Amino acid sequence: MTTLPISWIDLVLAGALVLANGAASVWLGLGLGRRLVVAAVRTVVQLLVLGLVLHWVFETDGPVFVVLILLAMSVLAGFEAVRRTTRRVRGLLPGSMAVMTLSSILVLLYGLRAVVGVEPWWAPRYAIPILGMILGNALNGVSLGLETVLEGFDRERRKIEVLLAHGATRSEASRDVVRRAVRTGTIPIVNSMAAAGLVSIPGMMTGQILSGEPPLSAARYQIFILFCIASAVALGTVGVVLVAARLVFDERERLRPERILRVGPERDG
Amino acid sequence: MLSCRGVTRRPWFEGFSLELEAGEIVVLRGASGSGKTLLLRALADLDPVEAGEVSLAGVPRSDMAPCEWRRQVVYVHQESVRLARTVRADLARIRELSPQVQPSAVSPLSPPLDALTENLSGGELQRLALARALHAEPRVLLLDEPTSALDEDAARDAEATVVEWTRCGHAAVWVTHEAELAERLGAREVRLA
Repeated sequence: MTTLPISWIDLVLAGALVLANGAASVWLGLGLGRRLVVAAVRTVVQLLVLGLVLHWVFETDGPVFVVLILLAMSVLAGFEAVRRTTRRVRGLLPGSMAVMTLSSILVLLYGLRAVVGVEPWWAPRYAIPILGMILGNALNGVSLGLETVLEGFDRERRKIEVLLAHGATRSEASRDVVRRAVRTGTIPIVNSMAAAGLVSIPGMMTGQILSGEPPLSAARYQIFILFCIASAVALGTVGVVLVAARLVFDERERLRPERILRVGPERDG
Repeated sequence: MLSCRGVTRRPWFEGFSLELEAGEIVVLRGASGSGKTLLLRALADLDPVEAGEVSLAGVPRSDMAPCEWRRQVVYVHQESVRLARTVRADLARIRELSPQVQPSAVSPLSPPLDALTENLSGGELQRLALARALHAEPRVLLLDEPTSALDEDAARDAEATVVEWTRCGHAAVWVTHEAELAERLGAREVRLA
């Protein structure tokens, strides 16, 4: 069994659904029509370009270009994780990029080689989409963890200073803030795993079922992916939170709250 | 015991020196904004300084790990904060930081051990901060207006407790605006210009 192909005419028919949304927006005076059209056009352009690039990459015959793409994806995810936060600290960006790259690529390599047994290890048809799924989730976890840890240092600096003033090490004084940040960063993926298959069919499983894979095999792949994602989220969140926690102290383990810069409005909750 | 020479943090203080002997209390006074709090924080190694040397019993601070220094030279903030849900857990958190020190009795200054810290008043929090510092068993206390939120009787109790504590070979620097405090404590007064 193979996937039924979608032609250009089929896409135009699907676009009619977006046009119907736009018409409803105009009728209700929501002022969303223009944004909806722009978003739909971006979807078409971005995904077609991605399709073309992936088609080209899948045809390549060596690991160098694939590895470069994997590294670029990871580094960009590290950049995006920091960009999403409302607080920054100097040195965080390279730290986030390094941790994100290391954690995601390690998990990817383990998954591809030890679990799936892909040959060659860099096979782009597996490596690129799986890393994409890992990074998409790790990005959320890491940025949540970062936001929580920097907000924690900002808000609880008096408490941290009291602990330092009584002889706590940097790690002892920041223990509560770090734990809370790691918990906040990893809770979404833990919840996703707990609810997997109950509320919706996860994306990868859906894709495999649509492409004709037996549902049980698709389920096994989905479990594999969720485990990879959970591991990368945990590794990435712990790593980046610890990097941030290191950067807000100086070499004499003094808390330096002035190093935390606010760059955007505080989030609710 | 505690010695500092040429401690500088412009524009607040420049070339500040002090020799604090065992069993001594130094009362530090100065106008608002003269840098008294910053000086205490600098001595506690909570803030960096531009220049100067600080040592404890002849050992330079730079030769000691930061946590080791701060275990022996404890700074008490003027406005205290809660570290845990109850007074008992709050003091236990401090005790965790110095497990090698034999636990002593909790200071009578402490609020009741089972009291919820969220219910403590400003004065009770200050008493908890002092009890916490004494519980850590340091060699030197750096007290930043530690009785400013206490009523007169409680303030006298706190003063008597600190005086008694210094008689066991400890020392303290006490920041205050109160002109009579040095006389009441039998302490040397130092003014920060």
